[in-house]
Amino acid sequence: MTSSIMTKYSKVFLKQLYRMMVQIRLCEESLVGPILRGEVKCPVHLYTGEEAIATGVCAALSEKDYIFGTHRSHGHYLAKGGSLQKLIAEIYGKETGCSEGRGGSMHIIAPEKGILGAAPIVAGTISLAVGSALAAKIRREKRVSVSFFGDGAAGEGVLYESLNFAALKRLSVIFACENNLYSTHMPIRNCRPENNVFKIGIPFGIASFRTNGNEVLEVYEATKKAVGICRRNRGPVFIEFMTYRLRGHVGPDDNIQGTRTDIRPKEEIEEWRKKDPIKNFEKYLIKKKILKQKEIEKIRNKIQKKVTLAYKFAKESPYPKEKDLMKYVFKD
Amino acid sequence: MCLRINLKLENMRKVTYAQAINEAIYQTIEQDNRVFVIGQGCTSPWYVGSTCQGLIEKFGQERVIDTPVSENAITGVAVGAALAKMRPIVVHPRIDFMLYATDPIINEAANWHYMFGGKLSVPIVIWGIINRGGEQAAQHSQALQAIFTHIPGLKVVMPSNPYDAKGLLVSAIKDDNPVLYIDDRWLYKIKGNVPEKIYSVPIGKGKRIRKGKDITIVASSYMVWEAVGAVKGLIKGGIDAELIDLRSLKPLDTELLFASVKKTGRLVVVDGGWKTCGVAAEVSALVCENIFKYLKAPIRRITLPDIPAPASSALESIYYPKAKDICKAVKKILKK
Repeated sequence: MTSSIMTKYSKVFLKQLYRMMVQIRLCEESLVGPILRGEVKCPVHLYTGEEAIATGVCAALSEKDYIFGTHRSHGHYLAKGGSLQKLIAEIYGKETGCSEGRGGSMHIIAPEKGILGAAPIVAGTISLAVGSALAAKIRREKRVSVSFFGDGAAGEGVLYESLNFAALKRLSVIFACENNLYSTHMPIRNCRPENNVFKIGIPFGIASFRTNGNEVLEVYEATKKAVGICRRNRGPVFIEFMTYRLRGHVGPDDNIQGTRTDIRPKEEIEEWRKKDPIKNFEKYLIKKKILKQKEIEKIRNKIQKKVTLAYKFAKESPYPKEKDLMKYVFKD
Repeated sequence: MCLRINLKLENMRKVTYAQAINEAIYQTIEQDNRVFVIGQGCTSPWYVGSTCQGLIEKFGQERVIDTPVSENAITGVAVGAALAKMRPIVVHPRIDFMLYATDPIINEAANWHYMFGGKLSVPIVIWGIINRGGEQAAQHSQALQAIFTHIPGLKVVMPSNPYDAKGLLVSAIKDDNPVLYIDDRWLYKIKGNVPEKIYSVPIGKGKRIRKGKDITIVASSYMVWEAVGAVKGLIKGGIDAELIDLRSLKPLDTELLFASVKKTGRLVVVDGGWKTCGVAAEVSALVCENIFKYLKAPIRRITLPDIPAPASSALESIYYPKAKDICKAVKKILKK
């Protein structure tokens, strides 16, 4: 991060980015205990370590822009304006959750914020995001759609079909690939002959680039550029964000919640801890005198309180009623 | 015997089934700027017959979108557009090819409203065309309605005649849920009375085509016409059969079905799909579970055998059940 980039932004904006990343981190880490205690039962895919991507991307979007997510979308949901209380309540299977307890952690939504849904079929929501961009184009709206997906989704054929159609129709969609180097348990070197997912956009004539997904301002800049391309009807754009998840694929450790089965080398995890997007941004903000240590503590405490309140809300909320099991199969 | 429809005949003309579909699309696009057609070959009569004739000329490329061969993504695109407040009709000129799109149909569209607690629904019509026969063999002629009828969150309609083809398509487009609109190329040239203006036929309502007292025959889509042939033959033999056209497989009009079986006490279920776990199996099970005591004889199913479609016409001719097979089943039940 160069200081010339830093001077472009207002203190308010930089603090906003910081606060959002901290909120996502504290939300994610707050789930570790409840998962291990068995209090949270649904599968939870933590976003710890990838906060800069959701934060930077969504900071470059407006409320009317659409996003679609994956099984690992708490960060996207919060960064696009989703309610923390409704998220925690959903994870607890409560009626006050964003999906009224029908979805759990992997199915979260807030249409009023442009979050049209996050769902866990790998690559399953990519074509949906393209479709939302087609809708915007038919209506001649200057709206951008973002499809978040992981490097694992690059193994699915529908991604290539979607890239082709989006390019063919010049749709305003940003393909946001979060490359955390693992497709569940499998390292990317065992999934792809080369680790350069962004290049798959090139044969379709799509502006495609790779950026550091652990540097929030680089993420923001890349996305701002992509949004600009889309708003000038020159989309789609493919961005690969290089990152790493500091937790397992599912739950705090890995595949089976509460059982440590994460097979990634400890040294590798340690190496990436040094690239923690929040710690690094924090250091920089201190160095640039945008934040003081005291302020950081204040921000963290404030967010921690918000998280605690969200748990209180979730725990005190009622479960969905048995009589409503059938509700929502069809819209009346 | 003719297919009697209880409607005033004013403003009706005889049009083909394909033309009835065309009118439904034309009139709904004209009426509602959220409606558009998308899918492989939707501007080519080679793919979709005359169903989409004149649409692109009238409404342009933004509302009539012919696409590359990408069933999975294109269906997903339609689902995504529906989530963003449009009302797409996605066409699959062969339902066999639509299997590539089972993820957006089953995982996404069918579940979306439920799994997000009713926050968004998916108002989409997924139109799959069955292309029976013609020596096309196993991958070009399948009837896959049972697969989709099995899935919670999907509605399935299978109109048998031009009047229902138009009315059910209009209803499907107006419905807030994903509706599978499954037709059969063999129906496209059938002519019938169709009002010129836009109208709808309710999803979930069957139709009694002929009143009878000896036995109930239930059918849908193209098999209704085989059943009509069977009924004609049975009349000659002194058998008075009641014929029900299901029109919708889901929701299924159990009221109409049960009332008929309660009256006749006998049932033959005809379906153009396979036997195992098929639509005929479901109809039979519903009757057994709910009104068993009214049955005077075991139910019989007339379906495709559990065999992929063969190419050679020598095998094809015995593969597809016909009116005579229905007659035979009826006579066996009635021991005549």
